[in-house]
Amino acid sequence: MGPLVPEVIGSQLNFIVALIVGIGFGFALEQAGFSTSKKLVGLFYGYDFTVLRVFFTAGVTAMLGVIALAHFGLLDVKLIYINPTFLWSAIVGGIIMGLGFVTGGFCPGTSVCAAAIGKIDGMIFVVGSFLGILAFAEGYPMFEGLYKAASWGNVQMFETLGISQSLFAFLLTFIAVAAFWFTAAIERRVNGKTGKGFHLSKVYLGLTGLAIIIGLTAFVLPDKREYMLKELANSSFVSSFNIEEMTSDELAFRLIDKDMNLQIIDLRSQKEFDSLGLPQSTRFDLENMFEKDAYKLLSLKDKKNVFIANDELTAKKGAILARELGYSNILVLKGGFNQFRKDILEFVMPTGKVNRNDVDTFRFRTNANQVMPVLMKENKLKHSSGEKQQVKRILGGC
Amino acid sequence: MNNSKYMNPYLAGVLLGLVLLATIYITGRGLGASGAVKSAVVASVESVAPSHTGNLKFYKEYGEEHPGNPLMNWLIFEMIGVVIGAFISGLISNRLKFTLEHAPGTSAKVRIVGALAGGAFFGFGAELGRGCTSGAALSGMAVMSTGGIITMIAIFGGAYAFAYFFRKLWLSNKGDY
Repeated sequence: MGPLVPEVIGSQLNFIVALIVGIGFGFALEQAGFSTSKKLVGLFYGYDFTVLRVFFTAGVTAMLGVIALAHFGLLDVKLIYINPTFLWSAIVGGIIMGLGFVTGGFCPGTSVCAAAIGKIDGMIFVVGSFLGILAFAEGYPMFEGLYKAASWGNVQMFETLGISQSLFAFLLTFIAVAAFWFTAAIERRVNGKTGKGFHLSKVYLGLTGLAIIIGLTAFVLPDKREYMLKELANSSFVSSFNIEEMTSDELAFRLIDKDMNLQIIDLRSQKEFDSLGLPQSTRFDLENMFEKDAYKLLSLKDKKNVFIANDELTAKKGAILARELGYSNILVLKGGFNQFRKDILEFVMPTGKVNRNDVDTFRFRTNANQVMPVLMKENKLKHSSGEKQQVKRILGGC
Repeated sequence: MNNSKYMNPYLAGVLLGLVLLATIYITGRGLGASGAVKSAVVASVESVAPSHTGNLKFYKEYGEEHPGNPLMNWLIFEMIGVVIGAFISGLISNRLKFTLEHAPGTSAKVRIVGALAGGAFFGFGAELGRGCTSGAALSGMAVMSTGGIITMIAIFGGAYAFAYFFRKLWLSNKGDY
């Protein structure tokens, strides 16, 4: 599951990736004609809209790609860098950049491309951007207020607008295509030419049709996550699903034995987990099962993954989800944590005649009843002293 | 206009979009450009006036966010790649040439001043706006970031708003090339 950094690709290798990505980036920009300021500013005077075409096509392609990868569970969007929103600095900074665009004829990326093929104006622009950044750095205390005002966090546009992601993606794509058509018309007028405008050739129509079919099939079928969560709401589906069970006694035995192959996935609330957490356990919500943290834990080889919750049914739902997501060695605590509590934590030796078969069990439980709270206390101390694990977004941006 | 030597813009756009998508999938972050210049600024100031960077808030905050050598930075490597990639592209398409490009109606001097000032504005704006056309606008659009999209609208909106005042820099009297 993506992103591949930092687990699959380490920080050193990431620099190599950066170099390769950069080569692709520079190549694409230069091939598109972004190494000449004439082509870049053409957008603002109506004679050449190449920038808009390349830019919008690239943005829409990448956006649809991100949505598709997330839709099929291949990319954890919670981990990728979403540029944070600071309303005023975004607007004012953007306008200043616009001023720089029409006076300098480049933006930072394209000026480097231009410089790379020998454009002296590109090199000068790079020097200028160096000075501009230096000015910002030196005068930072003056701009800090504006820089940090109206912080909205890592929000996404469809959340801000209060619409669904799919609708937003559709609207943006539609706007892009409309802009392609419209600007081609402007271009023809400004240049006084009667050349070909924006039109759909058979090849483009075919490709568009194919894309629409793929898009529709993907989005008409509910996405993996929704589909699975819906399945779990179906009680007959859950009850007919066969998941191996582990008894409270076995779980207690393995914990006391410090069986390192045991991993407990605790689906109880954070509060319950904090007050009565078991050793070797990690807390998850059902929703978290789709994320990369769950992947990291559950894809470990030769582990027994025991799902617990207060009742067995909730635990079983988590276990089913894990199985459906393709993880193996999934078990569920029989009777849930309530049973564990009754059997072990609050075990009381039954009075009266004890069945001979139960003698050993009861002896074990009496013992476990003493040991388990100690283990849980140790675990609690270990956890509260250690730092809290939190989902960390990758740091990015300019 | 001679467009034939450049790639079809939609094809180039798809190519660029796939590069960006691969970047997000592999590294979890988008592309960038001005950030590399920022690292270079920080590194230069550090080597010229080391005590200065320790005092000023901007450098301190930068140091907290990016521990270690400012030049050992993802964007620096990416930008080295951009130089190589653009050079290869220029080589293939026979566009390698030392030249100062300026519109027929303007002098070289005007172009130099314009490029320097434009770069300075863009660099400054990119710091304030947390990213430039690549890092904020394009990458922001790919991940549907509100801030990125607002910055994008502001960049292009701002450019259109100022375009009229600087038309003499780009358009000769006839209005086209």
